[in-house]
Amino acid sequence: MSKLQPDAGRSRLALNGISCVYGAFTAVDGLNLEIVPGEFVSLLGPSGCGKTTTLRMIAGFIRPTAGTITMDGEVISAPGAALPPERRQMSMIFQSYAIWPNMTVAENVAFGLKLRHLGREAIRAKVTEMLETVKLGALADRYPAELSGGQQQRVALARAMVIQPRVLLLDEPLSNLDANLREEMRFEIRRLHDAFHFTTVYVTHDQGEAMVTSDRIAVMNAGRIEQVDPPYLLYTRPRTRFVAGFIGRTNFMNGACGAQHVTFDRFALPRAMFADGGAGLHGDVTFSVRPQSIALHRAPAAAMRFGCLVAGRLLERAFLGETWDYVVAPEDSLLRLKVAALPFQVFEVGETVWLEFDPEQMAPIARDVSV
Amino acid sequence: MSVAGSGHAPGIARRRVQPATWAWLAVFAALVFLVAAPVARLLVSSIQDTETGAFTWHNYAIAYGPARNYAALGTSLLYAAEVTVVSAIFAVPIAWGVARTDMPAKSLIRALILGAFITPPYLGAIGWILLAGPNAGWLNQAWMALTGAPHGLVDIYSFGGLVLVTALYAFPYIFVFTADALERVSSEMEEAARILGSGTLRTILRVTLPLVTPAILGGAIVVFLDTVALFGTPAIIALPARIKVMTLVLWEFFEFPVRAEAAAAYAVPLILITVALFAAQRAILGRRGYVALTGKGGSRAELRLGAWRWAMFGYGLLVVGLAVILPFAALAQAAFSHAWGRGFSWDNLTLGNFRYLLFTDPAARLTIIHSFVYSAATAFIAVALALAIAYIVSRRLTRRTGILTALCMAPLVIPGIVLAIGFYAAWAPPPLALYGTAALLVLGYTARFLPIAYTSCMASLRSLNPEMEEAVRILGGSQLRAIGSVVVPLLKTSLVGTWLLVFIPATRELSTAIFLVGAKTRVISVMMLDLSENGSFETLAALGFFLLGVTVVIVLAGYKLLGRDFMLRRS
Repeated sequence: MSKLQPDAGRSRLALNGISCVYGAFTAVDGLNLEIVPGEFVSLLGPSGCGKTTTLRMIAGFIRPTAGTITMDGEVISAPGAALPPERRQMSMIFQSYAIWPNMTVAENVAFGLKLRHLGREAIRAKVTEMLETVKLGALADRYPAELSGGQQQRVALARAMVIQPRVLLLDEPLSNLDANLREEMRFEIRRLHDAFHFTTVYVTHDQGEAMVTSDRIAVMNAGRIEQVDPPYLLYTRPRTRFVAGFIGRTNFMNGACGAQHVTFDRFALPRAMFADGGAGLHGDVTFSVRPQSIALHRAPAAAMRFGCLVAGRLLERAFLGETWDYVVAPEDSLLRLKVAALPFQVFEVGETVWLEFDPEQMAPIARDVSV
Repeated sequence: MSVAGSGHAPGIARRRVQPATWAWLAVFAALVFLVAAPVARLLVSSIQDTETGAFTWHNYAIAYGPARNYAALGTSLLYAAEVTVVSAIFAVPIAWGVARTDMPAKSLIRALILGAFITPPYLGAIGWILLAGPNAGWLNQAWMALTGAPHGLVDIYSFGGLVLVTALYAFPYIFVFTADALERVSSEMEEAARILGSGTLRTILRVTLPLVTPAILGGAIVVFLDTVALFGTPAIIALPARIKVMTLVLWEFFEFPVRAEAAAAYAVPLILITVALFAAQRAILGRRGYVALTGKGGSRAELRLGAWRWAMFGYGLLVVGLAVILPFAALAQAAFSHAWGRGFSWDNLTLGNFRYLLFTDPAARLTIIHSFVYSAATAFIAVALALAIAYIVSRRLTRRTGILTALCMAPLVIPGIVLAIGFYAAWAPPPLALYGTAALLVLGYTARFLPIAYTSCMASLRSLNPEMEEAVRILGGSQLRAIGSVVVPLLKTSLVGTWLLVFIPATRELSTAIFLVGAKTRVISVMMLDLSENGSFETLAALGFFLLGVTVVIVLAGYKLLGRDFMLRRS
């Protein structure tokens, strides 16, 4: 992943402080993002966070009200003027697929090539090859109305990729598919990216989709980017409360950092055991603690890290099949912690249990929203 | 980032005027010509001295000075009110029967109501003169033969006759609105009432009908407005019966010497009435919460009427019988007769009337050709203009699209007869001096039918996801390319439908034509009016049949192409 970390000199696409304001409503608020050639970046966030507006600004359908967008160093969007979408050499996959029902599958895929004035033979070869790649070779002469949702999705992918776009844009492409197909298509999209390495911007509100497909994910909230990181870092080292809460489930614990310990409500954990030996921790800090990172035990045992054991009472439980969901209160504490345990780890409500924390996995959260 | 500092890459230099702005200017100019200028001209000439151009209320004094002109206003309102009530009595039970019950032969009833819908009202009125003309009409003949009475039973040349004949061709509006709404009411609404203990009749009266009241009222207002502005039927029936309605007074102002400015003054209150009622209709239909509450889903089970289904069928048959079957039987007899009064006999049978129209009389043939050519031209212009406007508005290509919509829909709130007078006042005299030209008629028709075309185009464009066009653009095609490769091909069928929705009413348009027609641009509707004045009912009936025959062929082609409901669909 590290080879894909942005490098200002060679970014394919750069959003430089772009904003989009509609009257009193700010859809996108001073957004910065750089994407290197061949990178797959997702814009992930709840509906209304400005991710689709951002994508449409990249495509050229909307002009930013402030900031610029550059592609390979050339300004393509600015508040006063923007290169029209048709001259950006990008392609886009729409939420509705936007497959033209008046053209066959092959005609849909060939459309962009015809606009590029390729020869008839070259077009046919490219279309055939692309349709094979998306496993639609047998359906070239069908009309879109005769295809299933998943097949239409593949036509949209083929049509967008066959022109070898400089940037490929996807706007919630899987939101109209049923759950099983959605799961399958996530991997399909990643597979195609691994095959072609198009620079890709993918908009979604589904964290699972973003995790499977992306090299990096930009989590957006209220028109701003909260954090940009590879998926596993977003999960393990969320930097804002919003990111921690939006990606997976988590517990928030307020701690006070001392010289030796970080003190929580009625218990303390050794400072040295936190990530980087606790460097950079000072004052009051909020930590995001994943339910999976806390272990539950009936009694202390030698193998456990003694300093990280806290006694507690089990308050609620729910069995979800793959895991148990417990709610545990550390002794005398007002904290209510969600803890995930494996199906065979059965505890009863009211039982006294031991919580084993792993400070390494506790991520300090920035107090205010910044990147 | 070489150019980032300058703020502009070479490729994104600003253009002074966007192509979309030119398009806006073009359609705006067209709308000013077709709609704004005629209305403005009408209003201005109503308060202008014809000689000096100075401001004056004198025209209003001329228009509303004579008591009978003033009385005609009251007569028109009463006439429209009665027609509305009678239409509702015809339409609502049949709509309920067709939409919610197991009444037999629903599609036959529907087809015949469509027949009433596409019959020009003045042609129906002629049919009723043959049926119920005093003493000579077939119904009166039959009555006298059966009872030996010295006089006929009914006289069509009366206020009651006028109301009945008008309502018979106006009720389909209420039928369409009501049936459409009833088809959307989920049976669950009724079942909810039934499970709470409400009987069938009570459920209908307290649940079903109230749910569709806004639709009934919406249809009723359309009927009212149509009737106030109706010219043909009053000209044929009210004129001989010496009943004065507003449209006939307006017509009088155009007899020699033409006093267009007095007509303009007289027409202004008509506009005010229409605008007020239209606002009322908007308010009523705007509260569409009523029927849409359930959204989709919800079954629509048919109510089993038992033996009553035949009563329901009988009522439907009675209404369509009066509207279509009887008058058309009478018209058919006349169309194939030497003289309709001689009745049914072999030696009275002839194709001569058709031969006369189509072959013998070059003027008649020319009139028929005019009607179809002008209507086709109107439909092409209206569809092209409406599509351009609807595209600009629905895709928000420019700012200030509200004014386009307002101008485009304005002819809906201006009675056709008034718009025609405005058109005459604006463009018949110099500088354009279009009087007597085909252009005047075609453009007048276009203005009149623009709202139909616009509503239809707008509905089609709304059903088209803009992402279809964006997909073209992001792949490298221009906006025009998107329109050519995607929008037009996808809307092809609905554009044909829109074309027909304009073409069909244009072939029978009368109230616009009588003011704009010239000696060399006569059309079928005007010719029929002349024939009726001369009492040449045989030729008139033949002409009517020919027009209807062509219309039916076109409508059937439309059905085939576009599906059953394309004319009865509520937009």
